[in-house]
Amino acid sequence: MNPNRLIAAGAVLVIVLMIVSSAFYTVDERQKALVTRFGEVIRYDDKPGLHYKTPFVDKVVYFEARILTMDAEPTPFLTQEKKYVMVDSFVKWRVSDPRKFYLTVGGQYADARRRLDQLVNSSLRDEVNKLKVQDVISKDRAKIVATVTTNTREEARKFGIEIVDVRMQRVDLPPEVSKSVYDRMKAERSRIANELRAQGDEESKKIRAEANKTVTVTIANAYRKSEGLRGDGDARATAIYGAAANTAPEFYALYRSLKAYQETFKNKDDILIIDPSSDFFRYMKKP
Amino acid sequence: MAWNEPGKPDSKDPWGAGRRGSAAGSDLDQLVRKLRDQLSGLFGGKGKGTGGGGFSAGQAGGAMLVAVVIVAVWLLSGVYIVQEGEKAVVLRFGEKVDITDRGLRWRFPWPIERVDKVNVGKISTIEVGYRTSGGSRSKVPNESLMLTEDENIIDIEFAVQYKVKDPAQFLFSVHRPEDTIVQVTESAVREVVGRSKLDYVFENRKLIESDVRKLLQVILDNYNSGIEIQAVEMQRAQPPKEVKDSFDDAVRAREDKERAKNEAEAYAYDIIPRARGDAESLIKEAEGYQSAAVARAQGDAQRFVRVANEYVKAPGVTRQRLYLETMEKVLSRSTKVLIDQRAGNNMIYLPLDKLMAGREAKPAPGPAAFVPSTTPVAAEPTVGDRDPDSQRQRPDARRRGNLP
Repeated sequence: MNPNRLIAAGAVLVIVLMIVSSAFYTVDERQKALVTRFGEVIRYDDKPGLHYKTPFVDKVVYFEARILTMDAEPTPFLTQEKKYVMVDSFVKWRVSDPRKFYLTVGGQYADARRRLDQLVNSSLRDEVNKLKVQDVISKDRAKIVATVTTNTREEARKFGIEIVDVRMQRVDLPPEVSKSVYDRMKAERSRIANELRAQGDEESKKIRAEANKTVTVTIANAYRKSEGLRGDGDARATAIYGAAANTAPEFYALYRSLKAYQETFKNKDDILIIDPSSDFFRYMKKP
Repeated sequence: MAWNEPGKPDSKDPWGAGRRGSAAGSDLDQLVRKLRDQLSGLFGGKGKGTGGGGFSAGQAGGAMLVAVVIVAVWLLSGVYIVQEGEKAVVLRFGEKVDITDRGLRWRFPWPIERVDKVNVGKISTIEVGYRTSGGSRSKVPNESLMLTEDENIIDIEFAVQYKVKDPAQFLFSVHRPEDTIVQVTESAVREVVGRSKLDYVFENRKLIESDVRKLLQVILDNYNSGIEIQAVEMQRAQPPKEVKDSFDDAVRAREDKERAKNEAEAYAYDIIPRARGDAESLIKEAEGYQSAAVARAQGDAQRFVRVANEYVKAPGVTRQRLYLETMEKVLSRSTKVLIDQRAGNNMIYLPLDKLMAGREAKPAPGPAAFVPSTTPVAAEPTVGDRDPDSQRQRPDARRRGNLP
């Protein structure tokens, strides 16, 4: 075999390979590609797959096709009531138009990020300025980012950038304000605690008073009933005594008096100083 | 990548045959055959055409063998394994052509096709507000402290579990998807907590969790991220440590309130039944009194009436007897001092207090023993020169009157 032929065949093979490798390029699902010829963009909307270009003349520039993140630094924004809130936002974006992206920012991601940052930052500032702290934190949060997304979308498109989403990752109060928030929270809690304890005291007192009232009323009602019963007993006794006494009033006086004497003097403690001239001693003196 | 791409330039599938990943075996045979044909065309043809080029049949055969081995090795490099729980995305020149399941698979070798494997079975966890590493748990206050609607600060820790539901989207939609999940989770948690009041967050953890989960999924779907949120768990929701004491005190106050109420109720349940008992006993006592008064009156009346009936029969005598009997009883039971008042206007000193004291000092020694021991009337100094009559009366005066 002629060695020169072999070398020639090898050289041809190498040249063919070089041409082939320069003539074809692939685009990944994750990529967008842009083909330039002498600095002029001639194609920029290739689908993923294998593509042909003029060898050695056309150049391919690749861009990221996936959604990228522009994570902004936490920035203090002034709200309507002139309070600061620290807003930490991020922007989800992607290269939608590689040609514009290539032409406007030279395909530099850092540059693109900086522009996005400025764009979103100023739009966010405008929106936050219009609102109160509470609205920024809560009810208008979604609205703010929706507005910012809409407002910046058009502008971003000029850079070949599609803004997919703008989100406020964190909205915080500045550290020195946090202190006063804590103080307010403490005050609020102690108010609640005091109120609860006072309510407890109130209910306790109510229950005790109600109980005391019930006791007093119960006893008084019982007293009323018992005095009635006693009175009734006395009345009936009186009637019985009266009826009995009326049968012999004069004798009753005697009888009852004698009984009373007996009842009255039945103890050694009772000292009687008696005049012997009394009727009882009549026979003692003169039998 | 396809530097040495040997296919036709305008063909997307240079090997002609409609290759399907799932029918790799039959494709392989076909492919090897085709390759062999092409290669033999290249080398063998040349050899024949040039005639005396020095290529013997044996040399040509040897070159062929080497070529076949190289091709065979190249083709074998296309074999890959997809593990259980994984999915493999097959890219041909960067274009997605297939997604394959677990098993032994074949693809066209480099540089034509490549495979990106994604674990779709694995559930990953993202921690917001804390990090666990090797069993220890550390807080990340930057993440965990957030504002509520009522401008309070709350300390919340979340864990988010997710898995890949669409491997192609997961690979091709979002750059660094894990970072994105962290950012979006934080944003979603803060958005949900930001529109809830502090106490609401404490009391409705499940609702917050499900709200965060929904919002998170909406955002991630908006990015076509191919990620499915499996669970959002609020690990901890508490007041920040700066105000924890105050919150604890408020909780204690709630308990204090309950306790005060319970104590009061205990008091009420103690005194009311007692009072009812007292009332009942008052009434019963009165009822007893009533019955007793009537009964006693009836008894007294009966006795009187019967005595009176007899009295009528002999009033004078009965009167006398009753009087004497009564006086007898009265005088027999009492201490008595007999003084003749007609004897004069003399002052008698009666030490009543001593009489009484004497009785108390010697309680109940018997009625008879009592009188002699008592110092009688000590009237000597004042009555010393009284007339003898009155003096004589005195022993009498001290006589016990209850002797039968």
